[in-house]
Amino acid sequence: MNTVREKFAVEPERYEFASAPMHQFELQRREFFKILGAGIAVFVVAKDGLAVQETAPGSRSFHNEELSKEITSWLHVDEDGVVTGFTGKAEMGQNIRTSISQTLADELRVPFGSVRLVMADTALTPFDAGTFGSRTTPTMTPQFRRVAEAARNLLIGVAAKEWNVPPEGLVAADAKVTDPASKRSLTYAELARGKTLAQNLPAEDPITPASEWKIAGKPLPKVDGRAFVTGSHQYTSDIRLEGMLYGKVLRPPSFGATLASVDDSAAKAMSGVVVVRDGDFAGVAAPSAHEAQKALDAIRTQWKEVPQVSSKEIFAYLKKNGEPTSNERFRRHKGSVEQGLAGAAQRLDATYNVAYIAHAPLEPRAAVAQWADGKLAVWTGTQRPFANRDELASIFHLPESSVRVITPDTGAAYGGKHTSDAAIEAARLARAAGKPVKVVWTREEEFTWAYFRPAGVIEVKSGIAADGKLTAWEFHNYHSGSSGIETPYDVANQLTQYHQVPLVLRSGSYRGLAATANHFARETHLDALSRAAKMDPLEFRLKNLTDERMRAVLEAAAKSFGWPHKKVQEGQGFGLACGAEKGSFVAACVEVAVDHTSGAVRVVRVVESFECGAIVNPDGLRNQVEGAIIQGLGGALFEAVEFENGRITNPHFTSYRVPRFRDVPEIEAVLLDRKDVPSAGAGETPIMAIAPAVGNAIFDATGVRLNNLPMIPNGLRAS
Amino acid sequence: MANSMEIEVNGKRYAVSYPPDTPLLYVLRDELGLTGTKYGCGEGQCGACTVLIGGAPRRSCQIPVSAAAARPITTIEGLEKEGKLHPVQQAFLDAGAFQCAYCTSGMVMSSIGLLQANANPKREEIVQFLQGNVCRCGTHPLIVEAVQHASKMMREGAR
Repeated sequence: MNTVREKFAVEPERYEFASAPMHQFELQRREFFKILGAGIAVFVVAKDGLAVQETAPGSRSFHNEELSKEITSWLHVDEDGVVTGFTGKAEMGQNIRTSISQTLADELRVPFGSVRLVMADTALTPFDAGTFGSRTTPTMTPQFRRVAEAARNLLIGVAAKEWNVPPEGLVAADAKVTDPASKRSLTYAELARGKTLAQNLPAEDPITPASEWKIAGKPLPKVDGRAFVTGSHQYTSDIRLEGMLYGKVLRPPSFGATLASVDDSAAKAMSGVVVVRDGDFAGVAAPSAHEAQKALDAIRTQWKEVPQVSSKEIFAYLKKNGEPTSNERFRRHKGSVEQGLAGAAQRLDATYNVAYIAHAPLEPRAAVAQWADGKLAVWTGTQRPFANRDELASIFHLPESSVRVITPDTGAAYGGKHTSDAAIEAARLARAAGKPVKVVWTREEEFTWAYFRPAGVIEVKSGIAADGKLTAWEFHNYHSGSSGIETPYDVANQLTQYHQVPLVLRSGSYRGLAATANHFARETHLDALSRAAKMDPLEFRLKNLTDERMRAVLEAAAKSFGWPHKKVQEGQGFGLACGAEKGSFVAACVEVAVDHTSGAVRVVRVVESFECGAIVNPDGLRNQVEGAIIQGLGGALFEAVEFENGRITNPHFTSYRVPRFRDVPEIEAVLLDRKDVPSAGAGETPIMAIAPAVGNAIFDATGVRLNNLPMIPNGLRAS
Repeated sequence: MANSMEIEVNGKRYAVSYPPDTPLLYVLRDELGLTGTKYGCGEGQCGACTVLIGGAPRRSCQIPVSAAAARPITTIEGLEKEGKLHPVQQAFLDAGAFQCAYCTSGMVMSSIGLLQANANPKREEIVQFLQGNVCRCGTHPLIVEAVQHASKMMREGAR
């Protein structure tokens, strides 16, 4: 998108922001109140660059007035006092439905239970670029506070008019406005009754400081929790529409394969089956999933396959095909690495490899599409409902106003649900069938035809002085990405370079993006340097770090863990790592137990400290941190996508190992609440430190340095 | 070809017409609309589709509907009685033992199966029993806590 600030280490979201579509502000004021009923509405307009990133370019009209194009959120207070917030962000387990509701309730001064959120519906919510990049909390928290404050002031204004008193003396609390002088009060519901007041407001600086939060900052339980434990929540894959068919799509045998010939006559002859052929797309829709599968199996095909790179040769391939140093956008240079290396007391060079891994959200990609009067409605679990809408509009040659994308709260994504594949497939089949169609990917499709966290090769050259101070740091990442590539350590002489490589496998976002790979390489390397310097790894890091927030998380983790820890058992090892990204800070201390006979490695204990400014919901945050640690253990120890001849060779949970209950160590999350710092996101950064901390602990236990992720797919000996 | 048969789900009998080898999961979800039971892998490897058949936890994606027809089936929708949650559901809710919650139905059903066989499981026994249930969000510590909490509630007389 053209408004994105150009900044080093902006992750190249390879398939994203390809176009900057013009967005229409479709909801007219009259319609708005028609849908929601009378009441009071406030719209917030983004101010800063980060917030603008959530919005689209282009003008929009609102009730024949030119509306500022950067509307990012709005809320409505209805005649019963129900508060509805609107955001284009999507809930997929990160618990933002709860945390945003807390923020709204807090600032509007209403009970938590009176707030509801409409999320991620292109017909009802403001445009949003997508739910990714740990941006929901830092952008939506201040915006919803602004919008709620304005609504509060509107309500106070209505009361002031009613009582014919100046608004300054009135107090808003507990969903009512009170005049302390006369002891009169009116509830928000009473004040909103019969009104259709709307106001736009420019986004200003945050209102209530975190130290005065009453509802935000508390560990409130997840909104709709009961619907999840009773199974009544409808994920996309649970939606059933009247007359709906079940769709299946024909997949090539290998990546890059094209259809040479097709015989779909047997499938077409089946009762109730619709077969669609459109270029290389072939799919079926049938009254039941098993009939759809039968019809798909009946299609005879011949494919033309093309040679593909295999996982065995991937790292050499990436190194060989990486662009040289010419791309200035991905290069940072300070001082002279050559001089820094020349003056070093000790030098250390190393190469690190990181495998492709899969998101494997438990709800696979799914979509339900319905056409009516030339308009398309699609329910789909996506992180980018508006981008999905634009892609659907483009593919089906429709105006954007004819496409509606609705994202029910989704069975997770972790960066893996940006694309609109299932939506396009369901829509194509539904158009041919003349009936709604649901497409739910199989686990094998999910492991094969989704996209991956890219593999990478990282090369590091470094030097330290006799006292352990870093003198030179040169860091090259081939392919996996530039997130978290810049070193937080103080080094006078450094060169950092990200080298792009054309895609081998379809690749894209992932929780933390390349920050995990870059932190693995950097923090493993730092550990090796501390050994070379004969210094304690914690002491070594602190010697080279001046950033106060980074030092604080390191010291907090070390304190809770009891670092340095004395070895009292055979095979015991301790490691630590730290990092910062997207405005938040993380440090992890890990204990492992290695069985020297079998080579089995057990992660025994993890203490991870995390700081992301003012905490909005400590329970939600703890879930994000613990979840990231556990998910991170998979990529650290055993997760890897294997491929040969254009085929994924481990597209099942039997062969692609994800962390399970037995893999989970004792975990302590140390959450540092900085009420003086604006809230940053927390979905990603907590995943970055775990892999290097585990690797450093394995080294401490065994003297074996593991420089590849995953570190021990087959146990320590076999790797 | 499709066979007519009767299955008993959550105390109700249903006449269904499906090929006998159709996995129970699809009949529950697509025919009976009991979508609380989830598809996660279709291979019996993730536990999201767990239901109770004759009181024992089973992967409904691996059980042919014909094989399930002889015994009563309980799904997540059948647990709540007169507005009161099953203690395991209540324990998951109290512990906040879910993130995206897509695995929750299967976790709850598996845990009920465990607690029916072993009213007071040790931590390691819970971990061992739930090994076949995937939670990709990493909520494992809270899930174990919820099962321990449910075990306590049930031993103290809540159902």
